[in-house]
Amino acid sequence: MSNEMSNSGVVISESSAPLPAGVTLPIYMDNHATTPMDPRVLDAMLPYFGKVFGNAASRNHVFGWEAEQAVEKAREQIAKLIGATAKEIIFTSGATESNNLAIKGIAEMYRERGNHIITQVTEHKAVLDTCKKLEKQGYRVTYLPVQADGLIDLEDLKRAIDDKTILVSIMYANNEIGVIQPIAEIGKLCHEKGVIFHTDAVQAVGKIPVDVQKDNIDVLSLSGHKIYGPKGVGALYVRRRNPRVQISEQINGGGHERGMRSGTLNVPGIVGLGAACEIAGQEMEAEAKREKELRDYMKAKFEKALDYVHVNGNMEHHLPGNLNMSFVYVEGESLLMGINDIAVSSGSACTSATLEPSYVLKALGLGDDVAHSSIRFGLGRFNTKAEVDYVSDKVIDVVSKLRELSPLYEMVKEGIDLTKIEWAAH
Amino acid sequence: MAYSDKVVDHYNHPRNVGTLDKSAAEVGTGLVGAPECGDVMRLQIRVNPETNVIEDAKFKTFGCGSAIASSSLATEWVKGKTIDEALAITNTDIVKELALPPVKIHCSVLAEDAIRAAIGDWKKKNNVAETAAVAVAH
Repeated sequence: MSNEMSNSGVVISESSAPLPAGVTLPIYMDNHATTPMDPRVLDAMLPYFGKVFGNAASRNHVFGWEAEQAVEKAREQIAKLIGATAKEIIFTSGATESNNLAIKGIAEMYRERGNHIITQVTEHKAVLDTCKKLEKQGYRVTYLPVQADGLIDLEDLKRAIDDKTILVSIMYANNEIGVIQPIAEIGKLCHEKGVIFHTDAVQAVGKIPVDVQKDNIDVLSLSGHKIYGPKGVGALYVRRRNPRVQISEQINGGGHERGMRSGTLNVPGIVGLGAACEIAGQEMEAEAKREKELRDYMKAKFEKALDYVHVNGNMEHHLPGNLNMSFVYVEGESLLMGINDIAVSSGSACTSATLEPSYVLKALGLGDDVAHSSIRFGLGRFNTKAEVDYVSDKVIDVVSKLRELSPLYEMVKEGIDLTKIEWAAH
Repeated sequence: MAYSDKVVDHYNHPRNVGTLDKSAAEVGTGLVGAPECGDVMRLQIRVNPETNVIEDAKFKTFGCGSAIASSSLATEWVKGKTIDEALAITNTDIVKELALPPVKIHCSVLAEDAIRAAIGDWKKKNNVAETAAVAVAH
């Protein structure tokens, strides 16, 4: 076998030199998927798993009062981060439930006013699948396209709104390409037309300034585990004034949370979500600056070392920790295999059962071939410069080696136009 | 995805990576797959005109780890075989050897196609009658 190996001379990935100072493996750089919990959040939560165990709905004894007090504090912490009031915060199990509750709840509540909903093609499945379900129930849904940079065209939105439109749901920042939509303008337009505006702000809250007043948001989804809080807890902001938004409950039983979401409150989770929001409010500005610098540094390293790389998504309106890059002529999953001590995500869904490339990248107009070659890096609060150096050097190394193996790269280097080849589709 | 040790080994140490002169009469080139599908394999063979034995094989693959491993294995297997012996290699042999998961069987089919396409190309160049099914399109 060693003969065979020397025969080709290509070695993709091998555990080699000692690790640089400050780097331990594996490295987590997939902070859009989830974030590690901040130890300060865990500290805040711990008492509520033990001594303070009351049901926040128990109004007639001290155990219940203590739990309720903790919940109300969290409500205020969350509200403060997004410019809302505590009474406008409804607790849920996470952003998927928040999105379901918002979209189905509004659709049901305002059915007599109209049956038209507008969203966009690059939404999370929690929004898209919910809308698809509503279509089966007789609602009409417009899925706005995005431009090549990932932003929607406000003119498209303006044209799409008609007298049956009851809801516009456009995400604040995209989970794959990090693009931040013109939320304040979208909200303004909705308010002028008397349409409710919901935003899935799961990737934005705690990362960039979000203000439901300035941004003209009526309903907003957020989640604990994307902001260094616990999993299994989220919230929905529901505007109480100008306009007062009503939501038809989707889970019945007890009338908790102003009747919009029944179920005994997850007190420790809620406390954690509140603490996570408070920390984010204090540290967001400095952290965003730090992440953006690391992100830009990483991007520059890739662009300097490699040809045929490009960034996906508008870089002006972009989450600070997101870098979605296409390493053309290298397939994403094989790249991930070469960096298997680093957690990032591939735009190629080759690892899933479908083998379909990312619909978000395709919506930008990327060909399937380029979508298959894309990697999402998600920098977070706990990533360091040393990690960024290690990850980028390793990616550059593996991409270079895989390109030695890539017939496409060789053909392009020889000046062959790949689009002129008659590929045997299979 | 958890891969077998053999896939990982072929991925980490791909055998016979490279390029043969595709204009040479004794070289057959098979290029299969499509960039849009996420995998393209190029397999080349150099055949001894006296003996019809494949004396060298090279590959380059754009694709996932299974695609790289399948094509790397294919080059190992065709080397030293006659044309007819190489044509007898099937995708199920590759699946078995690499213990490919069901979702990756496609990669083995591609490798079989690449062998057949390379042999087909060599036959065409050398005016060898088609004796077996070659270059299966699908």
